[in-house]
Amino acid sequence: MKGLVPVLAVVAVLAAVPLAGVSNVTLNFLVVALMTALAGQGWNVLGGYGGQYSFGHAAFFGTGAYITAVLQVRYGINAWLAFGLGIVGGALLGAVVGGLTFRSGLRGSYFALVTLAIAEVLRISASVAPITGAGVGTLVKLDLHVAALQFQSRAAFYWTILALVAVALIVTRQIERSRFGVWLIAVRENEDAATALGVNATAIKLAAMVISGAITAAAGCFYVQYFLFIDSGLAYGSWISIEALLTPIIGGAGTVFGPLVGALLVRGLGEGARMVTGGEAPGVDLVVYGCVLVLIIWLAPRGLIGALAQLRGRLKRPAPLVEAGHG
Amino acid sequence: MADPLLAVEHLSRRFGGLSAVNDVSLAAEEGRITALIGPNGAGKTTLFALIAGFLKPSGGTIRYRGEDVTGEAPHRMARRGIARTFQVVQPFAGLTVHENILVGAHLRHPQREAALAAAAQVGRDLNLGAMLERPADTLTVAGRKRLELAKALATEPKLLLLDEVLAGLNPSEIRDIVPVIRALCRRGITILMIEHVMQAVMSLAEHVFVLAEGRIIAAGSPAQVAADPHVVEAYLGHGAAARLGGRAHDK
Repeated sequence: MKGLVPVLAVVAVLAAVPLAGVSNVTLNFLVVALMTALAGQGWNVLGGYGGQYSFGHAAFFGTGAYITAVLQVRYGINAWLAFGLGIVGGALLGAVVGGLTFRSGLRGSYFALVTLAIAEVLRISASVAPITGAGVGTLVKLDLHVAALQFQSRAAFYWTILALVAVALIVTRQIERSRFGVWLIAVRENEDAATALGVNATAIKLAAMVISGAITAAAGCFYVQYFLFIDSGLAYGSWISIEALLTPIIGGAGTVFGPLVGALLVRGLGEGARMVTGGEAPGVDLVVYGCVLVLIIWLAPRGLIGALAQLRGRLKRPAPLVEAGHG
Repeated sequence: MADPLLAVEHLSRRFGGLSAVNDVSLAAEEGRITALIGPNGAGKTTLFALIAGFLKPSGGTIRYRGEDVTGEAPHRMARRGIARTFQVVQPFAGLTVHENILVGAHLRHPQREAALAAAAQVGRDLNLGAMLERPADTLTVAGRKRLELAKALATEPKLLLLDEVLAGLNPSEIRDIVPVIRALCRRGITILMIEHVMQAVMSLAEHVFVLAEGRIIAAGSPAQVAADPHVVEAYLGHGAAARLGGRAHDK
């Protein structure tokens, strides 16, 4: 429990934001930033802790989104249930993709390319399949009731996505302190060495992918409830694959708060750039993302949180340690 | 005599046309230190990789505690109690010494607190106690070799496969670590070691197998093996034994 104090403190501070009377525009910004953070938190479990860099996390985001939307619109299933099933769908997809890639021993760039390809296959399929609404997309009916998982106020949406982010933070924190997490990190650092110590690397990566898929799918489910519309480009487009990996890498991959910090920073800079240019330069936020990524990889390859930890470590231990005598 | 802890029978491994390990049989008796020596390229590390499950044999069997474990995955071998070290040390470079050992300790201790305590104890046993919180990549060569050993030991093995843990150490570091290995054996861990440092093999091993060009060419006590003309020839080339013997005659 002691390890959860920082998580609970951060969540408490964020939960108080709507009470401070911020504008709807600001709340909207925060909702989208938290949604990006959630997608990034999913990526972080697999990529940050497990070292398996997926370039296609849109596959999970989109699957969660489509399941939530299609079940409601075409099958009349309750929104809450559809939301839950969307998360389950993400987990199942994680099991399938993980089973295919890890059991066949794909590592590194091969794994990245296969995940990218899977997201593309899903995008193209969704753009032609009748059940997803094909090119037109799927519109969820406006029904501002709690039973339909839609809210009158932005603040309620904000607290919903914050609750999801909080759950993901707690899950990540618990993973970090569990045997599973230690073994997952060991696989990231050196798969052969981990295997020699009794770690079933394939099973560990598969489990990480299932958790990762579920978390990123939850972001997709939320997207549908918030915007009430989904099409193949939004669901499976590369924008979300990029944001899901960009936010943890910028914030600090393999750290609990990395995706959250990264999402707030990236989204904040993007919004700032849009405001400065007054909307006259579409795509300027993407240019900002690119610049931030270059700067981070150049100056702080372990992300903002990694850089802070390093700085703190240097302040704590000013002189390099001399190896204590052995023997 | 009881069954040996590890019995390798007629084991072979081919890489294309090359027989890296060819019809090798050897045994590691429980509670003893057995050494595997041989010139570079003899197939020693390949043989270790076969025993630990990292490579699948082309033929032959591996028996561990009487059970056929041929071709089992490495993590299963580790769970059975077979731990190996790597000739080229394989630390988890981004982690601290303590976290490195923790990975191994978790095999027998699922709970974090117990695993942390067990890992710290293994670290102290190997004189890494003062370095537990240091990043593994800041250790010296000797420190890394100890860490390699600590990680393997943390899995609480019954059989420890040591692949040249003394290589790259200076004589004083070797003097430090030899008693550590002997103490492990006294604690009941059976050891099979690949070693080039003959002084250590002579003082540690009770039984020695000599591998050359993928085959076992001699076996016996360290003294027997050292006197075997086949062994001398394997290291020094064809006819070396005769030449050396001849010189001894001349004197």
